[in-house]
Amino acid sequence: MAAGSIVEPMNSTTAAEIAADEFSRVVTEHRPQIFRFLLASTRDVDLAETLTQECFLKAHRNWSSFRGDSSAMTWLMRIAINLQKDHWRNRRMRFWRTTRTNSVDLDEASEWLPSGESSAEQKMLAKEQVRHVWKAVEGLSDRQRTVFLLRYIEERELSEIAEITGLSEGTVKAHLSRAVGRVRTELGRGK
Amino acid sequence: MSILEKQNEFPDDSSDRSNDRVQPDGRDPVLDQHLEAALRNFKLSVDAWSEAAYSTRRIPQSAPRRNWRPAAAWALGCALVASSVSGVVYQRHEKQVKAKQDLAKLVEQQKQAADLQAVNEEDLLASVDSDVSRQVPSAMEPLAQMAEDESK
Repeated sequence: MAAGSIVEPMNSTTAAEIAADEFSRVVTEHRPQIFRFLLASTRDVDLAETLTQECFLKAHRNWSSFRGDSSAMTWLMRIAINLQKDHWRNRRMRFWRTTRTNSVDLDEASEWLPSGESSAEQKMLAKEQVRHVWKAVEGLSDRQRTVFLLRYIEERELSEIAEITGLSEGTVKAHLSRAVGRVRTELGRGK
Repeated sequence: MSILEKQNEFPDDSSDRSNDRVQPDGRDPVLDQHLEAALRNFKLSVDAWSEAAYSTRRIPQSAPRRNWRPAAAWALGCALVASSVSGVVYQRHEKQVKAKQDLAKLVEQQKQAADLQAVNEEDLLASVDSDVSRQVPSAMEPLAQMAEDESK
């Protein structure tokens, strides 16, 4: 800023507009990732969609209090994980806890194949691998699953995962190691 | 370097891929390649699923708003339709009930008229009977009285 220039005070309307624009950009940028993470966590498209909407609603309400200490993605992911935890906790408290969720089964989830596989044999092998990984993920604890998905689906660094989950990096490593071990065992069974 | 290539940062995932033999810790390098491929396919599969679900579901891009107006309009519309339908049904029902009542009333009136007529006919017959059956003095009685008197 040039010396002597008059700094015009930013009025509240302008500040609100800037904040709204910024939030809108954050939504556009991060919404697919949040949805993907929640979809992988729940295997339920409707639930993932609902939780994604709730996540951004909550973020919108608290946008003014977001100080930018962490990245917006880290902040949003933390909200998404908390919402997911709340959802399962509330669900467990309900008396119809045994009722089925809308989660798709492993076979259905494994139907989504990477488009790169060309031959039928490759497709079959890829499908089998994906099914085994899903099976292993299903058997993980909530924390292990979260860490595993953040690492291998969202491709987050360990330090970021630690920040998102509120765990130490060592604990994240330990959870990840156990989760990978489970996947390895499951793949070993399928061989 | 991709995340899958960083497996060696975890104690469980360390493997020497140049060596195809089983590692001293019992780890199978072939399985680690298998693991890498599986994790890669898993990610690609989730990406494909998520993209498909995201694009078909069309999650609104703006912050969610409480859009109550369409719901209120629908509720109001439904209430109006329901009230008009129930009004028509009620009117029809009332008409049917009234027609039934009128019919019952007519039948009752006809029955009463028939009963009254029957009673009148019975009375008439009874009076005729009583008139016909009235006792009259015997025509020979005066003569018999006279004969009796003479004999005395």
